[in-house]
Formats: sequence, C-alpha cells, structure tokens
Amino acid sequence: MVDATKTQPSNPSSDTRELSYAEALVEAIAELMKQDPEFLIIGSYILGLGPLRGLFDKVRDEHPNRILDPPTAEVGFAGFGIGAAMNGLKVLVDLSTASFVFEAFPQVVNEAPNARYMSGGRLAVPVVFHFLHGLRGGGAAQHSHSPQAMLWNTPGLQIIVPSSPADVKGLLPAAFATGNPTIFVDHSKLMPVRGPVSNSAKEIPLGVADIKRPGRDVTVVATSYSVQQAFAACESLEAEGIDVELVDPRTLVPLDRQAILDSVAKTGRLVIADETHRSCGVASEIAAIVSEEALGSLKVPIIRVTVPDVPIPFSPVLESELDPTASKIADAVRMQMTRKQVGAR
Amino acid sequence: MLPELKQADLIELLNKMLLVRRWEERLIRLAAEGPSFGHYHVYVGQETIGIPALFALRPTDLVFPTHRNHGYLLGRGADPGRLMAEILGKESGLNQGKAGTLHASAPELGIPHTSAIVGGIVPIAAGAALAAQVKGSDQVTVAVFGDGAMEEGATFEALNIASLWKVPVVFLCENNTDEALGAAAGGYPKSVTAARDLGDIARAVGVPTLVVDGTDAGGVHSAMNEAVSRARNSGGPTFLEARVSRWPGSNPLWPELPGGEMELRYVEEPEAAPEQLRRWYSEKDGLLRYLREILSHGVMGKNDVEELDAKIHAQVEDAVRFAADSPYPPPGSAYLDVFAGRS
Repeated sequence: MVDATKTQPSNPSSDTRELSYAEALVEAIAELMKQDPEFLIIGSYILGLGPLRGLFDKVRDEHPNRILDPPTAEVGFAGFGIGAAMNGLKVLVDLSTASFVFEAFPQVVNEAPNARYMSGGRLAVPVVFHFLHGLRGGGAAQHSHSPQAMLWNTPGLQIIVPSSPADVKGLLPAAFATGNPTIFVDHSKLMPVRGPVSNSAKEIPLGVADIKRPGRDVTVVATSYSVQQAFAACESLEAEGIDVELVDPRTLVPLDRQAILDSVAKTGRLVIADETHRSCGVASEIAAIVSEEALGSLKVPIIRVTVPDVPIPFSPVLESELDPTASKIADAVRMQMTRKQVGAR
Repeated sequence: MLPELKQADLIELLNKMLLVRRWEERLIRLAAEGPSFGHYHVYVGQETIGIPALFALRPTDLVFPTHRNHGYLLGRGADPGRLMAEILGKESGLNQGKAGTLHASAPELGIPHTSAIVGGIVPIAAGAALAAQVKGSDQVTVAVFGDGAMEEGATFEALNIASLWKVPVVFLCENNTDEALGAAAGGYPKSVTAARDLGDIARAVGVPTLVVDGTDAGGVHSAMNEAVSRARNSGGPTFLEARVSRWPGSNPLWPELPGGEMELRYVEEPEAAPEQLRRWYSEKDGLLRYLREILSHGVMGKNDVEELDAKIHAQVEDAVRFAADSPYPPPGSAYLDVFAGRS
C-alpha cells in the first residue's frame, strides 16, 4: 500500500506549494470557472464520496448556477453536456464512478467523438467526461471499472490519466483548450496524495510524458494510481541497487510514444503497470507499440502488471489478489533483472 | 389551413417544400441507377412538418435532426448540389464525404449535428438549449425525431431533464406511423409503444404537449409558433407531435418511387395517379394539400406553380450534375478532422 501522505520527490522552490491531488483538482476547476463565464459543470461528485468531497463546496457556493446536479440519467445528461458544448460552452460532465460511463456509452462513444469528424472538421465539442476509475476498496464487480482502455478503442476521444497534484492541475485546463471531447480519468486513491504544485503553473501540453524518476536499469511505464504504486516499488528496489526509470505518459490520447521508446532504448527492459484488465488493456497497447518499433532494444521480454481478466470481487483479500500493487511491480522489475537476455544461451 | 404568413413567405414555403420533394424523388432515381450509396431515408410526405416548422424559427435558432434530415438541410438553405455530393461521398459534399446521407450536417446553417442513432439527438439538442439558457441568450433549439425515438430511454431522460431545468427546447416528434400496423389493429400509436398517446410520455414529466395534423402546413406553423414562443420566453420545453401517414415509397426497406414522380395534375385530379397512390394523393399528401390551398386562395396561379416546378426541376438536375462531376476526396483525408488542432 502506498503512503498517500508522503510527498513526491520534487525540486522545492519558493514558487511551489504542497497540495493534495483533490485540492489541486478543485483549484483547476475553480480557475476554469472563474476565467470563463461559459464554463459549465453537470454533476458534482468530482472528488468522489470520500472525506475530501467537502473541498468542492467552495466552488459550488461561488457558482451555484453553473454547477448542475442532474437526475440519475447518465445517457441523458452526457448528451446535455455534448449539446451544450456544441453550442459554445465548455462543459465538464462528471459521471462519478467510472462504471457509470457504461450508462452513457451511446453519447460518450457514438456522439461526442464522431461529431467533429462527421461534420468535416466544422464542429468543436469541448466536453470533458470525468470519472473515478479502478480498485477503490470494496467497489466489487460493478463499481471498480477502468474503462479507459475500452475508450481508447474509440477514435476521437482524448484520454487523460493524471497521477499527481501538479499533473491534474495542468492537464485539466489543457483538455479544454483543445476543444476536443476528452475522458478525464481520476482515481479515488489519488485524492489524498500530496505533492508540489507550482504557483505559476501553466497548462501541461497533452501528449508529453513525464519521466517521474530517471533511472538506468529498467523502464516502468505506469499510468494513474499505478504511478504511485510504481513510486513505492522504486524505493524498495533502490535499496537493492536496482535503478528504475519511471515513465508516466499522462495522456493516452495523444500518446507520447517517443518518450517510451527512448526510455526502452536506454534500459532495454520494460515493465508496464496499469489497472485496466490484461487483455486489450492499456499495457497491451504500449507493449504492442514497443514490440513493433523497438524490439531490437529489448534485452528481455516485456512484463505487464495488470488486473487479471476476472470481475473484481468484494472481499478485501480477493480484491488485493488482483491489484497491481507496488510489491507486484517490484517483483516484475526483479524478474526483468534476473531473466536471461533474449538470444542468450 | 394556410400559415399566417405574408404572400412572399407562402410562396417561399412552397418553393422549399417542392424543392425537397423533387430533390428526394431524384435521389431515389439516382439510387436505383446505382452505384449504391448505402441505406438512406427520404423526407417525402413530411415536407409540411419540417418546412413550416423552420419558418417559425429565427436564423440564429438551432435544429438537430435525425437520419431523415434532407428536408431540414434543404429547408435551412443547404446547397442542393453539395448535399447530393455528400450523399455520393464526394469531396465537395457538405461534410467532405465524411457524413453521407445519415449524418450530414451544416453547423454554419444552425444544424450543428445530425444523429442517426434513434433517440441520440434528443438529449444533445436539449443540451444545446441549456447552453443558450446559461449564456442568457433567447435562442431556441429544436430536437427533431420520429415516433421510434419515443421507445428509447435517452428520449425520456432528455424530456425529464429539460422539464426540470426548463430549457428552451422544442421536442418536435414526427410521427409518421399514423396508419401503421398497430394503429390499424386498434392500438395507438403502434404495437411497440405501450403508451396510448405519445404525448403521455412527455406529460408524465411535466412537459406540455401539442398535437397537429402534419399535413396541415398552417397548423404545424401555428403550433410551432406557440412552442417556440414558450421556449423563447423562458417557459421551458414543449412536446409537439405532428402526425402523418407514411408515404408509400418509404414503406419498403429501401425507398421506392411507386408510380413515378408526383405530377402537378394530381392537385386537381388525384384519380389520374396510379391506383396504389390515389388515396395518398387525394387525402394524405401534405404537399398536395398545401398546393390546393395556395391555388384556392389565389396566392399563386396554376401557371406560377408550373413555372416554379420547372425551375426546381432544373435546379435539381444541376445539383445531380454537380455531385456527379465532383471528385472523390483524396484517400489521405480519411485521417483528417478527428481532432481539432491536429490530424
């Protein structure tokens, strides 16, 4: 388990403050609301139902007319968000738990991402669908989904998977700046994670990976909360003398392929950690890209640390069995270091 | 009855409705000649709903139609040649061949998006209306859909949310199953809807309803004015059901032209039409009803109508020629327009 209260490595300076992920997300939303009177929020469980949810009350109090609480009608209010975006608003549609995106699928996958293309490039649809994905503890089969891989199979959607307070603060405004429909993927376990956020923070461009930790021996590519799990793994591995390079793509669409390929070219070893299911998951696509474009760089076969292809069970012991934890990531890295090199006898 | 409009507008109304009729008839012939451009839906027999409805709007108002969208696009002034080119998948098409018949749109004409998914357009249109409300504008948005959309959950959700938030939207339901199997068997409106009246579904969530005979251009225009006025004056949504019979040519899976084009002489002698269409042309065709009203009120003379029809025929032939002569898009353009700002 990751110690969420631990600050991530940073270069401290007078320009930075330490914020929780939830605080950084609320700041990003508050700034967007303040800057643009045509910014609308539909749905308001953005921070989930955890103890930090009260942080959002301030934004709600300041803009009661631009934060709308819809009925439990996901396909309906997702469509409202799309239509409002087509008519000039910037709209954040909060779907709450990621599993609820399935109720909104016809709008999220068959209207929003197709509209610009079908219009011949004439129509902008600046709608961002926000949800909390993954293993939250006790979510069981119907409240633990990580649909970002499924959605990655839908051309026309930007997909953003932040892992730190600084990233969520910089990526949310960037999503709106493009005018493209976007899936903004948060994780309830990220909410208490603390880290430095620059006071003069600018938007973080989409499609630019962040090397969360430079290293020499093994590349670990991780997204969302798995980046935090990988951080924890790096610490124990460092004590063993294994130097991990941790690459966080930060956005799946667009994807910074080059940063991944460059890191693999340096280390020759790749572990991919992610909470989407194993088959056709985020890790599968990254592994495919590296196999197609950098097979010659790999000294040993790629290892994926993912959620096995079974529904998520309720019991903590069973959920933990499937969780791509820090210790599973560390084990995968150790295996990379001890495996025989490809072609060696 | 005739819409309460100036003479010039009454003539323009006919011009638009006749353009839609002749353009669609020509499209059906084009489809029969080949090559195939896939499945499509025509607006024949429903011109007296869409065109008078558009006359109740301002140019800045928005319309979101479905796969039966040709009438709305032409009605709002889309170039007949560019719409035809879109259907043939040509580069000069309204959407550069990315949309085809089912998804053609014209954002610059206030038709931002067409959804060919039944019920899909309803929450989107209502959301566009919500945007006008947030911006403090008096713009009105119309969601256009068929009776089939009343079977979808998305439509119900949109009606409910629009009612809760009082958004300035008109839900225009084109019920073209007036004589469908279920209705003929005594059930209304058809065997797949348990509601006895489509408006019951809207009234259940507090949306006021209007029902009109969709062949009555004046009735549609007047009901639409009422609905648009309610929306524009912050009175919230209206569900407006316009009922028509389905044009016999739209009954088969693929549109057909039974008995050929509509002839102007059917205005006076519907019995001259081929037998299977006699009842249609004498009782059911809204366009012929409008022509009879125009002539009997002296808005236009018989010769004026014939001249207009000849002009429209020529315009449609130009459109077909333009579309046929237009090149296909370069294959590489398949990769463009996915995202703003990058390919």
